[in-house]
Amino acid sequence: MLKDITLGQFFPGNTIVHRLDPRTKLILVIVFIAALFTAVDWFSYGLMFLVTAGCISLSKIKLKTLTKGLKPLIFIIVLTGVLNLFYTTGGKVLLDWWIFTVTTEGVKRAFLMVVRIMMLIMGTFLLTYTTSPIALTDGLEILLGPLKKLHVPVHEMSMMMSMALRFIPTLIEETDKIMSAQKARGADFETGKLTDRAKALLPLLVPLFVSSFRRADELAVAMESRCYHGGEGRTRMKQLHMKGRDWAALALGAVVLAATIVMNVYGL
Amino acid sequence: MNLQDMQPIIRVEDLHYTYPGDEIETLHGLDLEIAEGSFVAVLGHNGSGKSTLAKLMNAILLPTSGRVYVDGIDTADEDRLLDVRRTVGMVFQNPDNQIVANVVEDDVAFAPENLGVPSAEIRKRVDDALRTVGMYEYRLHAPHLLSGGQKQRVAIAGVLAMQPRCVVLDEPTAMLDPVGRREVVATVTRLCRERGMTVVLITHHMSECVGADRLVVMSEGRIAADGTPREVFSQVELLRSEGLSVPATTELIYELRRDGYELPLGALSVGECAAAIMAAVKGA
Amino acid sequence: MDTVIKVEGLSHVYSEGTPFEKTAIHDIDVEFYSGQLVAVIGHTGSGKSTFIQHLNGLLKPTSGRVYCEGEDIFATKEATRDVRFKVGLVFQYPEYQLFEETVYRDIAFGPKNMKLSEKEVDERVREAARFVGLSEDLFEKSPLELSGGQKRRIAIAGVIAMRPKVLILDEPTAGLDPAGCEGILKNITDYRHETGSTVLLVTHSMDDAARIADRLIVFHGGRIAMDGTPEEVFKRAQELTDMGLDVPQPAAIASELRRLGAKLPESIYTSAQLHEAVLALLRKGAAD
Repeated sequence: MLKDITLGQFFPGNTIVHRLDPRTKLILVIVFIAALFTAVDWFSYGLMFLVTAGCISLSKIKLKTLTKGLKPLIFIIVLTGVLNLFYTTGGKVLLDWWIFTVTTEGVKRAFLMVVRIMMLIMGTFLLTYTTSPIALTDGLEILLGPLKKLHVPVHEMSMMMSMALRFIPTLIEETDKIMSAQKARGADFETGKLTDRAKALLPLLVPLFVSSFRRADELAVAMESRCYHGGEGRTRMKQLHMKGRDWAALALGAVVLAATIVMNVYGL
Repeated sequence: MNLQDMQPIIRVEDLHYTYPGDEIETLHGLDLEIAEGSFVAVLGHNGSGKSTLAKLMNAILLPTSGRVYVDGIDTADEDRLLDVRRTVGMVFQNPDNQIVANVVEDDVAFAPENLGVPSAEIRKRVDDALRTVGMYEYRLHAPHLLSGGQKQRVAIAGVLAMQPRCVVLDEPTAMLDPVGRREVVATVTRLCRERGMTVVLITHHMSECVGADRLVVMSEGRIAADGTPREVFSQVELLRSEGLSVPATTELIYELRRDGYELPLGALSVGECAAAIMAAVKGA
Repeated sequence: MDTVIKVEGLSHVYSEGTPFEKTAIHDIDVEFYSGQLVAVIGHTGSGKSTFIQHLNGLLKPTSGRVYCEGEDIFATKEATRDVRFKVGLVFQYPEYQLFEETVYRDIAFGPKNMKLSEKEVDERVREAARFVGLSEDLFEKSPLELSGGQKRRIAIAGVIAMRPKVLILDEPTAGLDPAGCEGILKNITDYRHETGSTVLLVTHSMDDAARIADRLIVFHGGRIAMDGTPEEVFKRAQELTDMGLDVPQPAAIASELRRLGAKLPESIYTSAQLHEAVLALLRKGAAD
């Protein structure tokens, strides 16, 4: 069901993870990804696992919700696992059949890679689940602020992003509705050859486009009538302030990254 | 307080409007004054020009000829555009297409943010506006999970946060269920009665006009009737010919009058209507 | 009376296993008979929309069964697909589903999916257009150019053209002005009289339900709270009010008159009935 897609959804809460400044969280996610990619072996992975598990438990987001977010990406995860399983050499040979060779090293690589990707996805999802999209785009706008001097339309970009995020659930709902309506007229979205299926999507896509344009139009009028006139002279209700906990979180992030780098050097 | 003595918050003078690319005029020379603090309902069937009129009151559309003044400001004066829009706030039909943020309170903050209001002041305005429409408990909710009536109340709060003197609502109840409709109408009625806010409610549900001070009926780009709801609803033939319905109370009394019974057409509420009939039964 | 649809122990739970889990309908048993015009009433979230989407197989029940003309509609994939043509469902704001380049082709979409011959499709398109009062002059126009009311008629015709045994309309008059509502309701009653089909009308308007339905089903909290003739249901005015539903205006006036001491018959819920009863009252008063 399309409704089950949780991408870009925000689960309000009041935990320390929720309360961190969005800029802190954005930076931490980048640090987290960097640390994940410097991790090489059991020790560094163990550390990253603890970090991920710690953040998840602090955020009070249900593990089930996070694993559901993994579902649409299961193909990529499995593919990574399989590729690593068969294309890694070294260690004891466990299985040798036709062109496939599975070694102990391959099993380990595959396992670690799958864990890495899963942690990567969960970490970034944790960011969007605990940060309101507005805070996120605000944070991004400020972090990218210096680019304004280079005439990069940072405000416009962040406004566009927050609008897109705002309308994802609405459009998903609408897609569901139109799909049901066309199915009620006997449309078939599930069976048939690929070309037939592409053609079968027209009854879904045409109404969706028409309604998106209508929405965009109405939204633009509604924004104008609420005095929107670009980023100039705009203030914010929620001003972002870096607090003690933000600096502490950043320091912790730096420590973790430093630790994984050190472990990387020693191959741990 | 006599509403007639006050200076009109909106003044429309010989207003003509033709949509770009259209050959036929949508509004044919309207004259209208909206008194500050009044609750005016505008009734009309689809295509009567009532929504066009609403958009002209907020400078979303500009007159083809004629003038619209908001608090004395000509809406065609580009330099005063923001002043016009912060004086007359606008709520639209589709609640989904006017909510800009993923969190209720962020949405309500949108207009004051655009106006450059200082942060602490925005916070105050947002909380105040949300309390006024009874949505304060929902301030951290995601708008798409709210009911239609709740979404429209958030949209009203979003306008209130600009601290306007008038709210124009363009068919805000057309997409709502009866519960949502009642919520919205009760909210705007309270705004007018308790806060002295001018309310212009555009609708095609006659039941929503009963509580208004004044009822304007639009037809084919002209004003077909203008008066208190009592006066306007008495014109049953006119309303029917406009494709509008009349309240069941008015309809009953109208039919009984045609049967030869002298009953007052102005008995609008269920209580008044029943009392008038009982009086006739006993008096006969 | 022949049973067209039979529902047994139907329950549906949305988003099972997520934070948004919600039981929409709970253990529903009901039967619909051939040729009935049933109004399905209930406020938003009462489960009525979820319920009707089970009747044509769009939603699969979490538990329970739905039979159409004696066949379990979820027994096989084919049965679930076929039932869509037997039970036509017009969604709320159906004008947003129009997609074809011409009005004609949009109405023909359903019949074409039924793999009917060109001739048969043509016959049905014309018939359906006639039922909803669409002129054939509009056939070659793009649906997007037409007015909101016309678009809605096209969408309804698109479902009628499948000649369903049961036609379900989810708030077909939502957002229309009084004249538009009146027109659509007249189309529906005419259609039902001419074809003898069963019609289920989901509506918020008690006045509409009172006027045109033979039977009323009231949903509340995912269950059927009332099921009976308009007379039977509107007698329970207080319960309806407690559920946050309206009572038809004429019924409200009648009950106020009774409170003031007037002797009126029990079954008043339309303007015509009220007018007649009050007229009798006035004449009697004059005679006393």
